[in-house]
Amino acid sequence: MATTEPQVRATDAAATAVAAPAPTALVSVRALDAFFGPTRAVRDVSLDFLEGQVTAIIGPSGCGKSTLLRCLNRMHETVVTARVEGEVRLDGKDIYDRGVNPIEVRRRIGMVFQRPTPVPTMSIRDNVTAGFRAAGSGAPSRTEQHEIAEWALRRAALWDEVKDRLNDSAMALSGGQQQRLCIARALATRPRVLLLDEPTASLDPLSTQKIEELVYELRGDVTVVIVTHNMQQAARVSDRTAFMLMGDLVEVAPTSRMFTSPADERTEAYITGRFG
Amino acid sequence: MIALTVLAALLATLPLVLILGLLLKQGASSLNWAFFTAMPKPVGESGGGMANALAGTMMLIAIASAIGLPVGIGAGMYLAEHRGGRLASVVRFLSDVLNGLPSIVVGIFAWQFLVRPVKHFSALAGGIALAVMMIPLVARATEEMIRLVPNSLREAALALGYPRWRTSLTVVLRTALPGIVTGALVAVARIAGETAPLLFTAFGNQFWSTSLTQPISALPLQIFSYAISPYEEWHSLAWAGALVLLALVLVISLIARFVTRSRFGHGHD
Repeated sequence: MATTEPQVRATDAAATAVAAPAPTALVSVRALDAFFGPTRAVRDVSLDFLEGQVTAIIGPSGCGKSTLLRCLNRMHETVVTARVEGEVRLDGKDIYDRGVNPIEVRRRIGMVFQRPTPVPTMSIRDNVTAGFRAAGSGAPSRTEQHEIAEWALRRAALWDEVKDRLNDSAMALSGGQQQRLCIARALATRPRVLLLDEPTASLDPLSTQKIEELVYELRGDVTVVIVTHNMQQAARVSDRTAFMLMGDLVEVAPTSRMFTSPADERTEAYITGRFG
Repeated sequence: MIALTVLAALLATLPLVLILGLLLKQGASSLNWAFFTAMPKPVGESGGGMANALAGTMMLIAIASAIGLPVGIGAGMYLAEHRGGRLASVVRFLSDVLNGLPSIVVGIFAWQFLVRPVKHFSALAGGIALAVMMIPLVARATEEMIRLVPNSLREAALALGYPRWRTSLTVVLRTALPGIVTGALVAVARIAGETAPLLFTAFGNQFWSTSLTQPISALPLQIFSYAISPYEEWHSLAWAGALVLLALVLVISLIARFVTRSRFGHGHD
């Protein structure tokens, strides 16, 4: 793995040519800057997220890792005064191109947040199918919705716990269950990419473990990008790790190498706990 | 110090207790089925009721709500979603001023623009005057309730690929709905007893009317004109009317409380 680190400099034509064994870059970030008003929170970041892999983004608080993540599905721009420059290509197509609808982008790139965010007025089933229902032009049939809900809940390892109370309020679930519900909800639209923004920050160790197992299960089918404060978590769940500091991308490498022999001394200082 | 605040708290609720007691004593005896179903009788004849005034009040509330609720809720949504904007600050300040405006001034305004040009009093003018009083109440209540919806919920909906309008309607507004309903009911309770804005708009009517363009009777107006009359019979009817009005406001407030309660109860089932 470490030796075949692909140097994918995706030319515009490269989107068609697919080399079989080496994972290709599904999402390519090029020269990305993200601003809050005059503040540049992400500085000139270029980075590939490989198809079917789990990439962790680590770094101290305020390093821009969440902002980078939110640039990948155009959520950054929903904040007043926020602005993005540079490119983010999904399958070779820049999601910041003129004429690209951010709503379409968000349907193909799912996101789960730090705190569980089930919609309090919706049942468990309706929460899972919320994105799916919003995507279709007409209302999907009851059975279709149920099938999608079951599929997504199984995928999120929550089905057995909720199958008898799909019509109950989602607020009756525990925090960990709510978070898996949110993952199921994101999966229900069958996204290519799943963005997880510190998904276990508000959860107990047992719920955290379940989420981590789930992330591990999802690799292969879904390309996952996970932002985390927890370096052990990055080490456990990810194939590759990116380290950010003060808005800069310091280093990106296969996780095993990152945590044993980081190339940059700042990375080493951070992962050995000398700051952050 | 605690004793003083307890005393103040008791004094604050004392008037309601006294008013309720007085109304029950003076009005309950005149309250019977006929009060709700019969029309006012001419002077000298005993009996009669306030059916027209009750219907009129309901109609005025309906007109005011039909105008005041959509405008108030819409304005509140705007205020909540653009909390920092300049227009929002101006609108918020002006609606607070409007909220503090003496109701008689609202009545004069409605008379000038809705009665004078067409040269006759109307239910519509009265309803609009009440709507003007309702809008700032509903707008501010809506704003407060929408602000209570966590931003994370809004973001979650957007991240699911919800367009902004759909996020606002099906997630944010829906989540804030019980609070908004409470605010709307409080506003209805507030305007149900208003008299001043109706004095020269709805004007009052001794006869049965459901026409939008004709003067219409209302409970507070009827109470007013009966109370200042020299007839003992009418005085008792005015007391009974006041009791009914108070009961109406009380019931609406109770419903509002119930709706609020069920909101906080949500999630613990």
